[in-house]
Amino acid sequence: MSANHDRANLLEVRSLTKVFGTLTACDHIDLNIAKGEIHALLGENGAGKSTLVKMLFGSLEPNSGEIFWDGKAVKITSPGVAKKLGIGMVFQHFSLFEALTAAENIALSLNDGSPISAIAAKARALSYSYGLPLDPETLVGDLSVGERQRIEIIRCLLQTPQLIILDEPTSVLTPQEADKLFETLERLRAEGKSILYISHRLEEVKRICDRATVLRHGKVVGHCNPRQETAASLARMMVGNEIKAVVRAPAEGIETAPALLEIRGLTRKPATPFAIPLKNINLTVRAGEVIGIAGVAGNGQGELFESVSGEVLQQDPGAVRIRGKDAGGLPITGRRLMGAAFVPEERLGHGAAPRMKLSENLLLSRHATDGKSFVGSGGMVKNASVYSAAQRIIAAMDVRKSAPDPEAAALSGGNLQKFIVGRELDRKPSVLIVNQPTWGVDAGAAAHIRQALIELARSGSAVLVISQDLDELFELSDAIAVMHNGQLSAPLPIAEATFEKIGLLMGGAEPGHAEHTMETA
Amino acid sequence: MMRLELVKRPQRSALFSVLSPFIAFALTMIAGAVLFALLGVNPFNAFNVYFFQPISEVWQLHELAIKAAPLILIAVGLSVCYKANIWNIGAEGQFILGGIFGSIIPVLFPEFEGPLVLPLMLLLGMVGGALYAAIPALLKTRFSTNEILTSLMLVYVAQLFLDWLVRGPWRDPQGHGFPQTIQFGDSAILPELMPDAGRANWGFVFALVAAIGIWLMMSRMLKGFEVRVLGSSPRAGRFAGFGFNRMVFFTFLLSGALAGLAGISEVSGAIGQLQPVISPGYGFTAIIVAFLGRLNPLGIVAAGLVLALTYLGGEAVQSALGISDKVARVFQGMLLFFVLGCDTLIHYRIRLIGFAAPKLEAAPKLEEAR
Repeated sequence: MSANHDRANLLEVRSLTKVFGTLTACDHIDLNIAKGEIHALLGENGAGKSTLVKMLFGSLEPNSGEIFWDGKAVKITSPGVAKKLGIGMVFQHFSLFEALTAAENIALSLNDGSPISAIAAKARALSYSYGLPLDPETLVGDLSVGERQRIEIIRCLLQTPQLIILDEPTSVLTPQEADKLFETLERLRAEGKSILYISHRLEEVKRICDRATVLRHGKVVGHCNPRQETAASLARMMVGNEIKAVVRAPAEGIETAPALLEIRGLTRKPATPFAIPLKNINLTVRAGEVIGIAGVAGNGQGELFESVSGEVLQQDPGAVRIRGKDAGGLPITGRRLMGAAFVPEERLGHGAAPRMKLSENLLLSRHATDGKSFVGSGGMVKNASVYSAAQRIIAAMDVRKSAPDPEAAALSGGNLQKFIVGRELDRKPSVLIVNQPTWGVDAGAAAHIRQALIELARSGSAVLVISQDLDELFELSDAIAVMHNGQLSAPLPIAEATFEKIGLLMGGAEPGHAEHTMETA
Repeated sequence: MMRLELVKRPQRSALFSVLSPFIAFALTMIAGAVLFALLGVNPFNAFNVYFFQPISEVWQLHELAIKAAPLILIAVGLSVCYKANIWNIGAEGQFILGGIFGSIIPVLFPEFEGPLVLPLMLLLGMVGGALYAAIPALLKTRFSTNEILTSLMLVYVAQLFLDWLVRGPWRDPQGHGFPQTIQFGDSAILPELMPDAGRANWGFVFALVAAIGIWLMMSRMLKGFEVRVLGSSPRAGRFAGFGFNRMVFFTFLLSGALAGLAGISEVSGAIGQLQPVISPGYGFTAIIVAFLGRLNPLGIVAAGLVLALTYLGGEAVQSALGISDKVARVFQGMLLFFVLGCDTLIHYRIRLIGFAAPKLEAAPKLEEAR
């Protein structure tokens, strides 16, 4: 097992297997992580990455296989055991209490009885020494997502781990914030710590990782040095075949095309103490174009989506106009009847009811539209036609599932997303607003969804895409606007947009924001 | 050390959602046997008296239908509320107000007779129950009060209001001071179905029609879908364009109207006048019926018959064995307790953990770390 590496292995995993019912989520996985390396774990959704990581962090028990830590066989039976060994984990979804300060949140997880002030001092010192400045006295609710991630990282570092597992850490960061994180990671590597880095962003993996292990369908399909690979060759290893590149035909005559979605001076007060107020948002999406809205998570994208979809109404009916008519006073069903369709960010519990079948979830957003094809007179649901329409969408979007009409919660995140996007595309809406269209969707399906969005636009619809994935927005959009702190920049035509320009806007470098900081300073 | 651990199932178990009421019923029987043994009665004899003798003759089945009718009527209404995750606990009060509203015609206008009287009474009963249920709905939607508390407290208001009515303004002047209204006239009496065989009246037919109607609504109609979506994931319901406040009113008015119909059916059918007490706790027992019937209207019909039997059995053991008829309440309580307990098995399975098991620490949000 002494790999082609001269450094000692910190962690060795041999033939680790986890079976859920009939599904072998991890099938005889071998993995070696050397001391002082950044090791990438690559794979599509459902490839077995999180199952493997959960076994390493002690929250799942393997069916068979061995784990060696520093050469000794160990059983990691709980996260507590993992922490004692020296394994730390930074989750993709944070578990922080918004109403507590950063230091209080850290103290909760340390659970060793030391006073908060001591923890705060330690956290402050640690955060500065790793270039992740953090004020431990601030309320988490007031922090940006990037800053919240710092708390998670500091919390993990305070336990002086030897191996740090990071799950998709950059998905919530601006390019500049991500750069900062990479510096920290390189610093940790220089100190001899090991990092297991889970990501689907191949460019970053090429940039910072020393080695990579690629999983597909629960099996290791290869180990490689990502620096010697191209993004395309890595993707091929992950997917198993070539991914079709998204083609974006140039949009023509858009300047004169009718405006199908207009947002005029949209303002919204924060609904909760931690919500972002929307400030005078203006945007026009014309027939035939895709407009992207970039921005770090939690800068008002969710609030904007709710306002445009009609889940929240506007005082001024003209604040949202669909196909040239005022829609601000209409609820979501009314806006759908005007030809708009919506895909929210959260799949389970917002875009779909988890405990309901896919066919019922089709009815969820389409009970009022589509004339009388799904709900007949007298309010009787036409189950047969709902079912066949659901099957049509499942086939069109290649939704993989275990039963003919399973509950939404039984699908993997990516497959459910395909269904939810497909449900709206199937209507051929003239205005489509999508929040995070391909979040957590595998590369092949993501390309399919993006292509479908572009084609919808080119067939004469207006498409508005809100996303935190800049690669995606550059692939899709004819122009990109940036959301920061509840304000929206003017859209930048794709020809003029660069990662750097957009990244700066995401960080708040726009005149409107400068005024805002002066007000509050 | 051995210990039990509940492990979440990936999908709800269809088997246990059917089996759970039966397991609960078996556990109730076991606990009931212990109870009877402690009271010094042979459990087999007691069960015979409690569960079999009360339904051994045709006229007794009619009595069963009389008791089951209000339970089913109320419970199907409540099942819609509970499916929507809205908690109307005050059906007892809505039942009473239905009885009072429906009695307006026979008590205040006894000279008004004819075929119109009964339909009008039933309609008024439904209006009364619905209006009374609208109070907690209004409070919830306007002031975000907890509907469990307000609907429950209004039960006591209703009970005392009825008590005051029959002792005060509505008392029968020729009734020798007894706290009751005049006997209803013939056209205000709900007819019996088969007068030769027993006393069962049209109330039981109303219950069956309501159960089938609500079953159709919940399983086939958009309205039922709306109820289920808002009950299981309110945010997805909002995305679907269903209004939560509208749903609060819909479920309260519907369940209130059905409880009111049960109330006036009971008053004009089984009783024939208003008395200080017109319900042996039907509105509360119906909550058990709703859950025992899996919140499914057809299951509720079966559960209603079972719970009706606990009332009859209670009376039977009192007269035959000298045990207090409060034992009926004990059986009803145990049944609800065990049903709710067994429902855990639908979403969880039980795992036996051997000794030296490691202490598990809560791993926050691991489920989502895909």
